Amino acid sequence: MSAHRLSGDSLHVFRGERHVLRGVSFVAEGGDYLEVTGSNGAGKTSLLRTIVGLVHAESGRVRWNGLDIHADAGAFHAQLAYLGHESPLKADLTPRENLHFAIGIRRRVGGDEIARALAETGANGFADRPVRTLSAGQRRRVALAGVVLAAVPLWVLDEPATHLDAEGHALVGRLVDRQRAEGGIVIAAVHAPLPVAGAGTRRIGLTLQ
Amino acid sequence: MSSAVSCARLVIGRDLRLAFRNRTQLLHPLLFFAIVTTLFPLALTPEPSQLRDVAPAVLWVGALLASLLAIEFLFREDAQDGTLEQYALSGRSLTWLLFAKTVSHWLLSGLPLALMSPIVAYGLAVSPAAMPGIAASVALGTIALSLLGAISAALTLGIRRGGALLSLLTLPLAVPLLIFGAQATARAIEGASLVAPMYFLAACAVLGLTLAPLAAAAAVRISLE
Repeated sequence: MSAHRLSGDSLHVFRGERHVLRGVSFVAEGGDYLEVTGSNGAGKTSLLRTIVGLVHAESGRVRWNGLDIHADAGAFHAQLAYLGHESPLKADLTPRENLHFAIGIRRRVGGDEIARALAETGANGFADRPVRTLSAGQRRRVALAGVVLAAVPLWVLDEPATHLDAEGHALVGRLVDRQRAEGGIVIAAVHAPLPVAGAGTRRIGLTLQ
Repeated sequence: MSSAVSCARLVIGRDLRLAFRNRTQLLHPLLFFAIVTTLFPLALTPEPSQLRDVAPAVLWVGALLASLLAIEFLFREDAQDGTLEQYALSGRSLTWLLFAKTVSHWLLSGLPLALMSPIVAYGLAVSPAAMPGIAASVALGTIALSLLGAISAALTLGIRRGGALLSLLTLPLAVPLLIFGAQATARAIEGASLVAPMYFLAACAVLGLTLAPLAAAAAVRISLE
């Protein structure tokens, strides 16, 4: 298996009339962790949404393994897990059901695999309660279990540790490090740095435009 | 191919399970349909021959407005909780996933309306012989309506309180369905052949099947940007 590579060259993005990203460039290879920082409204979420292809850049390209991500969006998305700042869960379903439906669309997944991922993110204590009864931090743990279950090389996480307690922060750091050890790439927008291994960590600092 | 089918089954399965966990949303359009159609005999006249004359119009206007009520919820929740975003990034065809969603929407709104229409027609003094034709025409008409509604629902996703705009967008396009659907029902009541209006409704449904999911997927992508 060849190492993966994600790059962006001088991305310019407009949101309405605002020029949010002005020439953002980056490169990440297998094992790298790319930390996106910046004040509120600096364009962290816009950058992540541009990287996953939800937002189109005005100029500049994002390339996955050398290929423009919009050239074969389906193949790119099949290798990508995106976690927005809201946890994408159905309030009327239990965490187990949520993951069964959400991950099942991407790949065949068994009940034991789901149980293992929920246990890993500390969510097995409430795996069969409706999501509407869970706290924001508990929902975040379920959403993180979904990212783990996707079993893809590229993770794009928007504030992955939001709502989580101190132990949760450490958990996110461990998950990120394991993903990198397996040759994956992690890109995360954060306010507080994640507790990850120092080697292979790069930073993109965005400033408010 | 088989993975596409199992994908659709998961999307439909999720929607059905959610609908049965939260039944009020499911019952709302049906209640609306029942109330509107039972108010007519009270306001108009209890005379069976006159009721029979207005039955096609009452039935179809009621069914059309009830489906419009339901269409508003087709994509709204999925857009709010980020499910649509995950669909768009799942590596699967968004067109296909939205098609599956529209199928589950029809199973939860159009099909119950079609099953209910004979009961409502009975209340309007329609003879039992006409019931299969009425149910079939409502079933076919609501398929076309759900698909048409999928486009409008996707187009109005980005708009806060898009309900009014949704009706304005959908109603003009639904007028042919209303005309031919009511005609099919009228012919069923007279005991005449339904073939011509049913072919028209079927043509609309087929056109919707081929084009609506593509248009809805394009509109959803724009709303996510």
